[in-house]
Amino acid sequence: MAPVAYLAVGFVRGSLGLLPVDTIILVEGRWALVFLLTTLAVTPIRRLTGWNRLARARRLLGLFAFFHAAVHFLAYAGIDKLFGLVAILEDVRDRRYITAGMAALLLLVPLAATSTRGWIRRLGKRWLKLHRLVYPAAALGVLHFYWKVRADTFWPLLAALALAVLLAARSPWIASRMRRGRRSPRGKAG
Amino acid sequence: MVIRVRRSSEVPSSEITPESTYLDRRKFLGATAGIGAATFLGRGVAAEEAPIHGEEEPNSWEEITTHNNFYEFGLGNEDPSRNAHTLVAKPWTVRVDGLCAKPGDYALEDFIRPSALEDRVYRLRCVEGWSMVIPWRGFPLADVIRRAEVEPRARYVAFETLWDPDQMPERRWKPRIGWPYREGLRLDEALHPLSFLVVGLYGKTLPNQNGAPLRLVVPWKYGFKSIKSIVRMSFVRDQPRTTWSSDSPREYGFYSNVNPEVRHPRWSQETEKRIDGSRLFGYRRIDTQFLNGYADEVAHLYEGMDLRKHF
Repeated sequence: MAPVAYLAVGFVRGSLGLLPVDTIILVEGRWALVFLLTTLAVTPIRRLTGWNRLARARRLLGLFAFFHAAVHFLAYAGIDKLFGLVAILEDVRDRRYITAGMAALLLLVPLAATSTRGWIRRLGKRWLKLHRLVYPAAALGVLHFYWKVRADTFWPLLAALALAVLLAARSPWIASRMRRGRRSPRGKAG
Repeated sequence: MVIRVRRSSEVPSSEITPESTYLDRRKFLGATAGIGAATFLGRGVAAEEAPIHGEEEPNSWEEITTHNNFYEFGLGNEDPSRNAHTLVAKPWTVRVDGLCAKPGDYALEDFIRPSALEDRVYRLRCVEGWSMVIPWRGFPLADVIRRAEVEPRARYVAFETLWDPDQMPERRWKPRIGWPYREGLRLDEALHPLSFLVVGLYGKTLPNQNGAPLRLVVPWKYGFKSIKSIVRMSFVRDQPRTTWSSDSPREYGFYSNVNPEVRHPRWSQETEKRIDGSRLFGYRRIDTQFLNGYADEVAHLYEGMDLRKHF
């Protein structure tokens, strides 16, 4: 919420530059990606440190990511495009960075919608399966960022690297080693 | 005095803005036509009268000087106004070389002294999709080309921006063909009376972030063609390599004429955000005009060319 409040104050004070909506879209897009990648970092960090209480933060971080992605989208669709459905659909069709971004957002919608306790219970094992959609969503988000920038690809590539590391940490081979690395000092598992 | 014929599509320089200094300037008008550029650089104000009509309102000094693209000073639109104070715009030397009878290194004052300064209000359309209306002060590029006595073999003019890492903080990004920033025009484009070398804005010395002390303004092309802080002009036979068209040839062509029909691969060019501080979101969306509204004057330059291919 804090970044949004910051942007709202900035908008009223006129300190967001000449095209404040562009600034809002940019900043909110960044926050969405930051929270998405942070969400994906929870499990590897938990495995590495054994700090299991971290898992509880995951759902909230995921919701933050969705929240910023939604503000990012609404600033674009509502203010830039005045909710012009045709113009938006043309964008989705013609501009690959928007195609990727829109796909990422759509993948996040069911995840946000099923983030309540009730849905977790109702879906049972299927809930975990459904929430694996976060991986393609994050990949599409990073791709969206990479395709959007004009000159400086430093940050999109850094985001891609972070994503690659976080996904690699999930491969069974690496994951088991991360666990073992943690346990071995205590001599539990060879 | 340079007599200017106003063309229908030019932005009239009308009820010039809330800028008080600019309004003050009008006291001089009539009496001080065609004051030499060196005088302008030294003291500030006088130039010949800008024709008065009423239509498109120029953007404010504040708008024009805080929203720029000058990548040597950072990649964000607000970076140049924060960072460009490190640019040393005086003294300044312009090198003229290549296929001409009078090459040489000219002190800026000598370079522009022979020309009469004019005020012109031009639309500026950025390839990113925003636009402004800007009251420039300068002189025709053609003046300089004529003085250089260009050889008939020369078909293009290549321009270079200053590149001095000590003055320019951008560290992370470098164009594919490296610094300095390069641009170019076909000689007939460069000789066109609308092609303008600029030394001032709103009757004042050009601020660093806008390309001090000498920049090009080619109003029918996307803004990045209007190269800033020029240190070199070369007359050449072959089409010169330019920064953006070398960096992403799929997205930016050598010509880069404003054209709503030819989309940028990542966004449409059919409309633009005209910066407008009176609007809630800071702009109003307007239709982009072919050749930025200067088609009557310059369309003949491109007769018979496929502008989709030569974008």
